[in-house]
Amino acid sequence: MSESLLQAPPAAEAFANQPDWLREARQQAALRFDALPRPSRTDEAWRFSNLRAFDPQDFTPARPVALEVTDSLLPLSLGADSHAGSLVFANDKLVARTRSAVADQGVIWLPLEEAIEQHPELVQRYFMRSEALFGSAKHLALHQASVRTGTFLYVPKGVKVEAPLQAFHWIAGSGQSIFPHTLLIAEEGSSVTFVDWFKAHSDSRNLACGVHDLHVGQGAEVHYVSVQDWSRQTVALHSNATVVGAGGKAVHLSLHLGGSFARSESVSHLRGAGARSEMLAATVADGAQEFDQRTLQDHCSPDTSSDLLYKNALYDEAKTIFAGLIRVAPHAHRTDAYQKVRNLVLSAEAEAVSLPGLEILADQVRCSHGATTGEINAEELFYMQARGISERDAYRLITYGFLNEVIERLPENSLRVRLQEALQARLAGH
Amino acid sequence: MSLVIHNLHARVVGGQQILRGLNLEIEKGSVHAIMGPNGSGKSTLSKVIAGHPDYEVTEGEVLLDGVNVLGMEPDARSRAGLFLAFQYPVEIPGVSNANFIRAALQARLAAGEELEATEYYGDLYKEMDRLEIPRNFTARSVNEGFSGGEKKRNEVLQMAMLKPSYAILDETDSGLDIDALKVVSAGVNALRGPSLGILVITHYQRLLDYITPDVVHVLVAGRIVRSAGPELALELEAKGYDWIRDELSEAALAAEPVHA
Repeated sequence: MSESLLQAPPAAEAFANQPDWLREARQQAALRFDALPRPSRTDEAWRFSNLRAFDPQDFTPARPVALEVTDSLLPLSLGADSHAGSLVFANDKLVARTRSAVADQGVIWLPLEEAIEQHPELVQRYFMRSEALFGSAKHLALHQASVRTGTFLYVPKGVKVEAPLQAFHWIAGSGQSIFPHTLLIAEEGSSVTFVDWFKAHSDSRNLACGVHDLHVGQGAEVHYVSVQDWSRQTVALHSNATVVGAGGKAVHLSLHLGGSFARSESVSHLRGAGARSEMLAATVADGAQEFDQRTLQDHCSPDTSSDLLYKNALYDEAKTIFAGLIRVAPHAHRTDAYQKVRNLVLSAEAEAVSLPGLEILADQVRCSHGATTGEINAEELFYMQARGISERDAYRLITYGFLNEVIERLPENSLRVRLQEALQARLAGH
Repeated sequence: MSLVIHNLHARVVGGQQILRGLNLEIEKGSVHAIMGPNGSGKSTLSKVIAGHPDYEVTEGEVLLDGVNVLGMEPDARSRAGLFLAFQYPVEIPGVSNANFIRAALQARLAAGEELEATEYYGDLYKEMDRLEIPRNFTARSVNEGFSGGEKKRNEVLQMAMLKPSYAILDETDSGLDIDALKVVSAGVNALRGPSLGILVITHYQRLLDYITPDVVHVLVAGRIVRSAGPELALELEAKGYDWIRDELSEAALAAEPVHA
């Protein structure tokens, strides 16, 4: 294992023309990764988590894929019909891009390595600025030391990008690790929709350690969608930090389908009056899959609002963990925060853990949270059967509807259809 | 060709006996109505025929064109040609009406056969227009947030699309204002014909002004106690159910069915 991540973080030389600040930051991150202890289940942030699920040393930085593999991936990298542009990455290397008219609007839409060359100040201002809040400091350090490419999307003041932009991150081979990155900056009054599709070329064991950060300026509106469709053997660690300015709005929807152990951390910082964040997730867990979800709704300013809806459908011996905190800073009066987790348990062996939390230090706030765990409703089942739909199909359709309610929160129709198809495909075996 | 209910006894699983030897035959092409006071077993009858798991049949049979359906799962009964229009249609969040009806039609096709989308939407829109249902209905979740009238129209829409041999309408008039009642009744009347037998279950005579039955039955204490032409419904409306109770002997109402 000469290329072990622990021994030789790979990416110190990964970027051509890497500026000094970045080289230093990445060297520091590599040292941090070595120095930091492995997460322990006694940490609150890793409570209930199955830490034996993987060891980073089992994976080596992904090697480039063969041309015929790329050829097979591209027809599967389509996404929403209406999209305004795509970047396609395979094993952390850009393999295809569609030219986009958004450049005419002044939008910067580049793979990260090109953004570093062409817009180093912009990248420096926003790149990896969020602190690790959930005990993932080690993984974030690994990501920062190892990231080689990703999406850089900058939408200037007042620019409205109508159709969604998207990126595909493919992983191919086995024992490989990739570090997908998304950095999205929407300046004041702008709007954009961006989709990350995470997909596996084959059903093999790999590691994905991604960071997806959104900066939503004053009065800007960002829809960010991620479709996590890694192989069923992939270890996936995804961290998201969203910062919303005054009057801005972020909608973050994740569809979690793949992975053996998939941890996602999502933080919304509401900084400025009227800032709003919607945090949405739909998860299908089956077999021995484990989904570990940690969230923070961080209300830093008065008159901010957040709305979290996470839904999990669990089959077989699958496990989901949800730990979510609503934090209201002392002066963040008139905060309106909502958090709801719903687990649909379809097997006696499945386990859904819900740990909602509140930390309120301001006055006149409206905060509500709730976690429910239930089975298929017998009357819904009978109604479907009374129409000739078999019990098995009825179970699948009701489960689809349960999760589709999350997808329906998206306004963009052609994107919604693609997500619904992905969900249907995922449920097809049940 | 008929739906024959023979000596049907049923109870809530592990609970009270509700149907106590019910006999009824609905020929294809005919419309029968069952009227009865609250608690007489009207809704139980519809659920037992459809196969609701809360009820168990202790005796008797239900023959659909000669085939006993009581051993069949509810979905198999539906595919065999039975339709139940629910008194309280169930809301199914996140599943669109179009998707739901398509799944029900797809379930009737042989394995590997796919429903033709253009044809499906053509049929669906035609029936929706007839029931004065707006087009955006297809994208809405099944019955979710529907008014009482919309729910009942949706039941009739499903009935029109699934083309059953026998349909049971359970209190289809409940929760409807007069305009909705007219639309729903017209929808049902449009489906009347030689290939469909209909059983209308209702507490009130009002519905039968719009869906004229061939035969009216009175259900009391789990048994049909009287059958006659549509004039019986008017008589019940005028005199109430007590009149018919009074005519029956106390013994006949109270008697427990004899089990073999």
